[in-house]
Amino acid sequence: MSQLNLHLKVWRQNAGQPGHFQDIEAPEIPDHASFLEMMDIINERLIAKGQEPVAFDHDCREGICGMCSMQINGVPHGPEKATTTCQLHMRKFRTGDTIWVEPFRAKAFPVIKDLVVNRGAFDRIQQAGGFVTVRTGAPQDANALPIGKEVADAAMDAAACIGCGACVAACKNASAMLFVSAKAGQLNLLPQGQPEKDRRTLGMVRQMDKEGFGNCTNQYECEAACPKEISVRWITKLNRDYAVAAVKDAFGNTRKEAGGGD
Amino acid sequence: MSLNSNIPSGPMAMKWSKHKQDSKLINPKNKRKFTILVVGSGLAGSSAAATLSELGYKVKCFCFQDSPRRAHSIAAQGGINAAKNYQNDGDSVHRLFYDTVKGGDFRARESNVHRLAEVSVSIIDQCVAQGVPFAREYGGMMANRSFGGAQVSRTFYARGQTGQQLLLGAYSALNKEIAAGGVQMFPRTEMLDVVTVDGHAKGIVTRDLVTGKIESHAGDAVLLCTGGYGNVFYLSTNAMGCNVTATWRAHRKGALFANPCYTQIHPTCIPVSGEYQSKLTLMSESLRNDGRIWVPKNAADVGKPAAQIPEADRDYFLERKYPSFGNLAPRDISSRAAKEACDAGLGVGPGGRGVYLDFAEAIGQFGQKTIAERYGNLFAMYEKITGENGYKQPMRIYPAVHYTMGGLWVDYNLMSNLPGLHVLGEANFSDHGANRLGASALMQGLADGYFVIPTTIANYLVHQKPGSVTTEHPEFKKAVEVCTAQTKQFLNNKGKRSVDSFHRELGLLVWDKCGMARDKAGLTEALKRIPEMREEFKTNVVVPGSGNACNPELEKAGRVADFMEFGELLCLDALNREESCGGHFRTEHQYPDGEAKRDDENFSYAAAWEYTGDFSKPTLNKEPLIFEEVHLAVRSYK
Repeated sequence: MSQLNLHLKVWRQNAGQPGHFQDIEAPEIPDHASFLEMMDIINERLIAKGQEPVAFDHDCREGICGMCSMQINGVPHGPEKATTTCQLHMRKFRTGDTIWVEPFRAKAFPVIKDLVVNRGAFDRIQQAGGFVTVRTGAPQDANALPIGKEVADAAMDAAACIGCGACVAACKNASAMLFVSAKAGQLNLLPQGQPEKDRRTLGMVRQMDKEGFGNCTNQYECEAACPKEISVRWITKLNRDYAVAAVKDAFGNTRKEAGGGD
Repeated sequence: MSLNSNIPSGPMAMKWSKHKQDSKLINPKNKRKFTILVVGSGLAGSSAAATLSELGYKVKCFCFQDSPRRAHSIAAQGGINAAKNYQNDGDSVHRLFYDTVKGGDFRARESNVHRLAEVSVSIIDQCVAQGVPFAREYGGMMANRSFGGAQVSRTFYARGQTGQQLLLGAYSALNKEIAAGGVQMFPRTEMLDVVTVDGHAKGIVTRDLVTGKIESHAGDAVLLCTGGYGNVFYLSTNAMGCNVTATWRAHRKGALFANPCYTQIHPTCIPVSGEYQSKLTLMSESLRNDGRIWVPKNAADVGKPAAQIPEADRDYFLERKYPSFGNLAPRDISSRAAKEACDAGLGVGPGGRGVYLDFAEAIGQFGQKTIAERYGNLFAMYEKITGENGYKQPMRIYPAVHYTMGGLWVDYNLMSNLPGLHVLGEANFSDHGANRLGASALMQGLADGYFVIPTTIANYLVHQKPGSVTTEHPEFKKAVEVCTAQTKQFLNNKGKRSVDSFHRELGLLVWDKCGMARDKAGLTEALKRIPEMREEFKTNVVVPGSGNACNPELEKAGRVADFMEFGELLCLDALNREESCGGHFRTEHQYPDGEAKRDDENFSYAAAWEYTGDFSKPTLNKEPLIFEEVHLAVRSYK
């Protein structure tokens, strides 16, 4: 194992106040450490010096919870393909490197503190239709609804999204189309999702617009940054589903509210 | 204290049906008047919050993460068991029940396990209806695979992300109810205390992790769905935020903590590589199907590259000790054997805590392509973390803490001894005994949340006047004062050591003395050291920053303070249990061949500990385990 001497430029900010980059020297970082463990090490050193450590989001540290969210040298989750920040290891850097560490930047992701941002917009988009309306206890037997392997596998590809927001941070427009298309696409593809397909699509897209995410201009930065390699083809599908739903809606064919029953 | 487990009478297979018939109902108009507080948003919490809201109750749900979808259930890889018998291989509710009781080394409550097996089939139906993309066969039917401790294929899965997909299903149900106005969600909110009024749980105190505000929430019942305590060991496969705070603070308010010494160690994790290590990563134990586990025979070979150690100088210790199961010996046994090899100075890799998992023979036999098809994602993950190529040199693995079977004591209704306080999922103690089988944690979380609590909670609520307690009650003020004082104490402390340094020290001690193997001398030493450590923590911890803002160090300080208290109970329970069973191995109690030796005559009980005001002197309450269906036997894997 060897050690790295690094120069960090880390974004520091308190909510509602302007932020700035702080220069932090990071000597003797073990190359086996993960990026977040490197942050732990510098935080321990800051605490020992009586300074406040850098706040950052993290939880599972195995690339699945989607909580970690750093922009590293301008790239969400850093330089390694298909890798979250927590799975990025320091051996991908060289001694002497200067590393810029920023929060995911988007109008819809306000900074809470330092590298911590509020991604509540993603939850609200899902609340606007990212579900199948089924009561607990009501369903039929699982095998009474055959789903071809190809369809199930494709739905699983979309479902692999961990909701981290790297797609938004990578996009110059801060568009959330990759996230929304994966979430809507999984359910719009499956038979269970058909009855609510139009409502779901309109609901989620309209909420996305309301949250202040930008428009998609087909740059595909999102796909390149996605730690789960979600394909931009889901965006194509969402656009198609949206067009159909919007036309039906324009002609009054989409029921906006469920009726009360006779 | 007398413990009433409220197990229904009648034959085992009829108990749950009978209990559902006998359970109270609350009419829809009245349900709206009740507020239920759900703490935690993993499989148990999300599914409970969503289902209770569907039924008409008002629900408030709390999680410390930034979104309910990030709870650590998300990380479960393998699958979820259900007695569907889709494979026509002889599975049944009874067989799942039996396997789970036996897998738990006969230390679980039979009636709860039977109910779990019964509702397992409905869980799968429910998840499919939500749009969970389970693996399918070409004909469109559900696919299954086998898992440890069973001879049938009853595990349902979604690639290696079953936990994520099931949690996203429960989260979508939760979102549906949030949108409908039935659930109010409080993300980035941590529970600091349970508020009891006349002995009943009637609310909680929380800290808003963004603003630092300490707040009160009143309710007619409280559900703790807050997971396990594996992070008492500091290093574990748990997420960094997993903690014992909610259950521990409930314990301090009178809830009994049962069987804390039942902890599960998983054998195939990536070893610790240095002091900076923050967590351990699990690799699926399916790797043991083709990998051979060994260490050098001679300590002199330990530092050498594996390729330079000739075949004759390697000890394939699992194949040697357990010829019929070989490298597929159960989790607890494989873990202990690896520890013994490393204790003998034969461990490989940095720090000497690792054993080889070697694929050379399998690659020679089947070719690298076939091995890559089987385990490619695991080899890639291994390389990402260690920088080593598992095809070219053996992987290094070491056991790590993975799951905790102990938890707050609950009755058949999932209610603790504190009326109104219910405990679901990993946070309770009831279903896995001394050892949990693979693919059973997801099953239990969802069983409790979707199917058990929605029925059983009415048995409590029907006797309550809704909204009888508000946050104006003096008990809330008292609890808020205690929490505020703790925050102030941390921030004003002029200590020298960081929270993490204490957590790491505690973890190392507990892992060493109360980990894979335990003995009286070690536990006694730990019991002496923990209170000393706790004292030092009080006076010498430093917590920078402010109490009125996002402050992750402050969050950690509160959690570690609780681990410091809980760690003592863990060791006390391990010392009290003078037998070996499942994940609890006392070296004094083993057969000559090294197998765990249970003592059914003296220890066939759940140990439910009561807080007395002195952490070193809790009162032991015993719930005798009565086996009506299953015949107690010795587990053997020779």
